[in-house]
Amino acid sequence: MRLTGAQALIRSLEAQGVDVMFGLPGGAILPVYDPIIDSTIRHILVRHEQGAGHMAEGYAQVTGRPGVAIVTSGPAATNIVTPLCDAYMDSVPFVCITGQVATGSIGTDAFQECDTTGITMSVTKHNWLVPDAADIPRIVAEAFHVATTGRPGPVLIDLPKDVSNSMMEWYWPTPAEVEAGLPGYRPTTRGHPRQIAAAARMIAEAERPVIYAGGGILRAEAWAELAALVEATGIPVATTLMARGAFPDSHPACLGMPGMHGNYTAVTALQRADLLIALGTRFDDRVTGNVAGFAPNARVIHADIDPAELGKVRRPDIPIVGDARAVISELVKALVEIEPGAGAAAAPSRDLRAWWGQIRDWQARFPLTYDRPPSDGPLKPQYVIETLRDNTPDDTIVVSGVGQHQMWASQYWRFDYPRTWVNSGGLGTMGFAVPAAIGAKVGQPGRMVWAIDGDGCFQMTAQELVTASSERIPVKVAILNNAYLGMVRQWQEMFYDERYSEVYLSPDLPDYVRWAEAMGCIGLRVEHADEVGPAIDKANEIDDRPVVIDFRTDSSEKVYPMVPAGRSNDEIVVDPSQGEGGR
Amino acid sequence: MSPASGPAGPASGPAGPAGAAVSPGSAGAGVSPRHHILSVLVENKAGVLTRVASLFSRRGYNIYSLAVAPTDDERYSRITVVVDVASAPLEQVVKQLHKLINVLKISELEPALATERELLLATVRADSSRRSQVIELVDVLGGRIVDVGHDALTVMLAGEPDALDDFEALVAAYGVLEMQRTGRVALPRLERQAQRGSPSRKAS
Repeated sequence: MRLTGAQALIRSLEAQGVDVMFGLPGGAILPVYDPIIDSTIRHILVRHEQGAGHMAEGYAQVTGRPGVAIVTSGPAATNIVTPLCDAYMDSVPFVCITGQVATGSIGTDAFQECDTTGITMSVTKHNWLVPDAADIPRIVAEAFHVATTGRPGPVLIDLPKDVSNSMMEWYWPTPAEVEAGLPGYRPTTRGHPRQIAAAARMIAEAERPVIYAGGGILRAEAWAELAALVEATGIPVATTLMARGAFPDSHPACLGMPGMHGNYTAVTALQRADLLIALGTRFDDRVTGNVAGFAPNARVIHADIDPAELGKVRRPDIPIVGDARAVISELVKALVEIEPGAGAAAAPSRDLRAWWGQIRDWQARFPLTYDRPPSDGPLKPQYVIETLRDNTPDDTIVVSGVGQHQMWASQYWRFDYPRTWVNSGGLGTMGFAVPAAIGAKVGQPGRMVWAIDGDGCFQMTAQELVTASSERIPVKVAILNNAYLGMVRQWQEMFYDERYSEVYLSPDLPDYVRWAEAMGCIGLRVEHADEVGPAIDKANEIDDRPVVIDFRTDSSEKVYPMVPAGRSNDEIVVDPSQGEGGR
Repeated sequence: MSPASGPAGPASGPAGPAGAAVSPGSAGAGVSPRHHILSVLVENKAGVLTRVASLFSRRGYNIYSLAVAPTDDERYSRITVVVDVASAPLEQVVKQLHKLINVLKISELEPALATERELLLATVRADSSRRSQVIELVDVLGGRIVDVGHDALTVMLAGEPDALDDFEALVAAYGVLEMQRTGRVALPRLERQAQRGSPSRKAS
């Protein structure tokens, strides 16, 4: 069967099982947009290429399947660099297809030409410039294989216009042919048995162990294995920003989020631990604080699919290269061999009673808290999140931008299911929430999707609500509108003597309600605590278009606890009402 | 840097096509203990050298010298890269290199257990009064005269990097107009291979 390169691309995506792609056409990708008309793949027309990328990420994070975005060359390619980098930092499987000028024009500074593979080399797992139409099926299959195996991540296929237009004979490579085409790519998935046995012995000896669970648990779909490990051992679990929902917040062994804005108990349990069981996590600086002062007395078991993460920040006593699901499952088996009764016993089963006593004491003394004013006082952002949490289904997907609202959402939501929390953790991309929520809703149309956004973030990518309205994607957006770039304001208040520099945004400019309505959404405004619940109820009833609620929240509210940048986690600052903390 | 070094090539960064090499103009006292030789087997495809070279700068490591050419099997190229880095970060750079899809194998060659060679070309000032002295010196050091002008000679020496350092220092006395070194290439030493049972320490 003879196909054009463009037809071969679409057919390859269909063969790969793609059901939706997010994109925006333009000159160099034009040939590919013609066969899209006849394809089974749904195409969602975005308003900005960055939106396409974040939608693909949101889709991938809630489904576990790779997100696909397709855009043209030059400015479209550069516009999607941010989502590529975001996906690279957060290990999100994402296949990006860009148009490129014709092969003969490459290097001539042609119209809308840029060196896309050069620009994206350091923010993709791999990228391909397609030299010939005959290579298209092979490269597409390789790209999906690389994006979804090992440590997942973004890949990019750059397709010159003449290649799209030229003819090829259709084929589809077998998995063995795909592997043979990638001789340098063989991710290790099974942990070394000797390392796992040593880890099990170390766990059995520990008196103050903590499981430090990262986003790798979600990427590896290892949540059931993690739960089994906790049931077998009774060891407390801290879930990082990327791992919220990987272990249920309602479980008594869940400590919640550690790190710069983690809760006191999670942060301090890591600090005082004699053993960290780090699973699918990378010792990010927002978790460790000052690395030299992080968990100073702990031995470390570190399991990760990416060997480069082992020893990158903290040298582990037992490094284990492997897929989190396979490694944890083997670890549980090894533990049961050491302590045959452990698997059957209820948590906390082992002699961790003193450790748990300490943890329960911290939890009682330093819970997350905020100043709850009378109902006619300023509206607290934490109250909005708590009310939203209590008035939405338990499996609601929450998507956030970056800043104070992100931290409050992570702190105050109760994540009991995997893949219910979508955010930009590593790159910290403001503007992530609206498009990622749209992608999440496309991936899980039966679930309620709420974006919790800041007013600064919302202004960066809000135009994608036009996409949502026109495609009938009923996402809901809660803007915690404090009229500031709130996290920057918090740092200026705390560390720059309240000298506020370029952080004020105004609560009314833009008028978020009218803006939402102009984009085909329902717009609501909430200024007082007693209006919060009714507004959420009203939003939850609307299922035929997006809803935006402009919550006018207290500008002076700060995120606590907080470990000041560069300090040890021992210097955690708790809410002022809790005094000096536990030191 | 030797005062005799002429206009040197770029000190680091990607070179052009396969077969090109970059090296500092003058090695001075040779390779310091912080230097490590990595022999990286890669797919012989467009852009692979850029991926390797940019990974070093992206992760904050300095390339001291770099040489690349296809192997006997033209599907693959071998990049010999001398890295300016302490041992602990070296492990990290090797692991990061392994993540490149086009990288097949990385061996760290310990200088004591490797055969290393480098080639040097230098145009040396040599008018008729001193020409015979220069020719004699080059001959003694095992070099060759590869081009002859009225007032200068271009000389060549291929050998161990230390020998090139010595050669460079000795001819400097006559005045070096231009000089270029290739950067080193290396393979595991054979007699050690038999003793160790492995051609090199597989760094992974």
